[in-house]
Amino acid sequence: MTGKNSSGKEISVLKYIDEYRNPELVKAIITEIDREFSTETIQLMEVCGGHTITIYRYGIHKLLPTNLHLISGPGCPVCVTGVQYIDQAIAIARQENVIIASFGDMIRVPGSSSSLQKEKGAGADIRVCYSPMDAVRIAEKNPEKEVVFLGIGFETTAPTVAAAVESAFEHKIENFSVLSAHKTMPQAMKALLDSGDVDLQGFICPGHVSAITGTHIYDFIARDYHIPCVVSGFEPVDMLQTILMILRQINSNRADVENQYSRSVRESGNPKALELMWEIFEEADAEWRGLGIIPGSGLNIREKYHDFDAKIKFSVDVPPARECAGCICRDIMRGVKVPTDCKLFKIVCNPQDPKGSCMVSSEGTCATWFKYVENELNP
Amino acid sequence: MNHVISLAHGSGGLQSHTLIRELFLEYFGNAALNPLSDGALVKVNSEKIVFTTDSHVIKPLFYPGGDIGKLAVSGTVNDLAVCGAIPRWISCGMIIEEGFPIADLEKIVISMKQTAEYADVQIVTGDTKVVEKGAADGIFINTAGIGDRIEGIELGVQRILPGDIVIINGFIGDHGAAIIKAREEFPVSFQISSDCRPIHKEIIALLSKLDGIRIMRDPTRGGIATTLNEFAGDQPFGILIHEKLLPIRTEVQGLCEPLGFDPLYLANEGKFLLIISSKEADNALEILKSLPGNQNAATIGEVVPEPPGKVILKTHIGSSRIIDMLSGEMLPRIC
Repeated sequence: MTGKNSSGKEISVLKYIDEYRNPELVKAIITEIDREFSTETIQLMEVCGGHTITIYRYGIHKLLPTNLHLISGPGCPVCVTGVQYIDQAIAIARQENVIIASFGDMIRVPGSSSSLQKEKGAGADIRVCYSPMDAVRIAEKNPEKEVVFLGIGFETTAPTVAAAVESAFEHKIENFSVLSAHKTMPQAMKALLDSGDVDLQGFICPGHVSAITGTHIYDFIARDYHIPCVVSGFEPVDMLQTILMILRQINSNRADVENQYSRSVRESGNPKALELMWEIFEEADAEWRGLGIIPGSGLNIREKYHDFDAKIKFSVDVPPARECAGCICRDIMRGVKVPTDCKLFKIVCNPQDPKGSCMVSSEGTCATWFKYVENELNP
Repeated sequence: MNHVISLAHGSGGLQSHTLIRELFLEYFGNAALNPLSDGALVKVNSEKIVFTTDSHVIKPLFYPGGDIGKLAVSGTVNDLAVCGAIPRWISCGMIIEEGFPIADLEKIVISMKQTAEYADVQIVTGDTKVVEKGAADGIFINTAGIGDRIEGIELGVQRILPGDIVIINGFIGDHGAAIIKAREEFPVSFQISSDCRPIHKEIIALLSKLDGIRIMRDPTRGGIATTLNEFAGDQPFGILIHEKLLPIRTEVQGLCEPLGFDPLYLANEGKFLLIISSKEADNALEILKSLPGNQNAATIGEVVPEPPGKVILKTHIGSSRIIDMLSGEMLPRIC
């Protein structure tokens, strides 16, 4: 079977899946991991929420030696988005003649006192999109309204949002704008290491982000922090192979950037997508939920495209954000705590009525634990 | 319960069930309704009939493999059939938005006629309302149906026993995937068609030849995960499903992987889940596979004594986990 990637090239979608879920192969790699593992505690961080899902959906953490811990990092786009941003989006949604277009998960994230979903129930025009280009089309069809796309996510989604802005610019669709809270991954990983909050011996690096950025963005981690980095795919065999590659680096006292996911990730990434991203966006400081403001870790729309920047178009001032009392999403994002440390987890916070962003997104650590860890069965 | 209705209350999953139990059942409860089956078993002059109703709202109205008209007739026919009835009569209530093209309405009506002919049912009563522009999304169709309950059969969760086998009559998730794909433009070159169609013929064939059938249900909204939970919920048995046995089209898997959807939760409109005694399971599979449209029928799991009330999935790599009902709406992942 084939599909097309963002550049329109035919790619193989599924040829690998059976192979990468093969129980025999899983067993063989586990044996190797057991062989490579010494008794000393090792902590690896999977940065991406997609990896968190694979780990718990397949129970990979239970197959590993007990002292090998996997810690979930700040790689869920919805989870790292600040409450202030949600409040801004809500304030815009409440204005007359506005359509908010958003990726699905975002509409359920609680702001200080409401959520976009609640606003939708109260009559705001909020539409779920699968692609930022859908929002441009909505703007085209509704020339009398302002269409604001909620641009969140990492290097994976930023180029597609950039393409939407470029298209609106070229076709003079002036009622389209983006409220950008895009973030870039390497600076967040650096901030995490510099905080000293968690002790890590390796990074399982995000596969989709790396497909765009290439693998060199992690070089400084290997070089300056002497921590092995391996870019990983999303199937069980991918992740186990990645863990094995990190262990082998640790055992030979190496710290390199390696690429397990070479079937999708090239060392140089996707230069075309990057070029487009940097055409529209420029580096800016950004607020990360849990990590605070990280210098140079965000993407703001460049001046040339200011007509499409919702922050400028709407100049929304909102009161300082309030987090739900008791919610520890901030600590979970930093890998310092796990969902079961939270007093709200499962008691009042669940996927039907989430109190914090980590319970909203399907990739959020709390949602993943709720769905999978709490439902584990011993083999 | 929340203070206002959200889309999740209509997802067919956990919130829908909560709403039905805590509000509708609370006020409407009676012997025929309480089992919350796909249709009610009632007696008219000592004749047993099954009575059901279903409202159809779908976007887009026309999609690969079907349209709202075909869906409306198939949905009601299938609800009657899985309750062990031969579908006979259907009603058709239409709520149409001002400005809706008559040409589209005619297409829908023709589709309903054709589907009804295939299903051997007559559309015998109806109603039409037109609402102001903006008060509906194109067209909504409600169909109620009546069927003759087949003599001498008994179906229900109370008949399910550990050791029984779970069968599905073909690929899962086709309808849900086709709708997701038809709604949005994805950069994929493959086609996915809805499985929407009446499946009463295969159901009646099985019921007439086998007596070990415990229960049947069409896993529509909420997918097979939700239906299996409806079977197992509060019961003294669990249901074990094997990931490697699930018939899923590569195309459906290919659409689900990048979006973060799980085919277990995707809607089906031409499928039924069947729980049957182990000694008749092979027979059932053989009968099914001999009937057109069911060649990919498969055994996907079995009823187990432990853990009671739960649906368990054994994954490809051998780990096990509990599968819940759909919670909230299914939303695509971002990254």
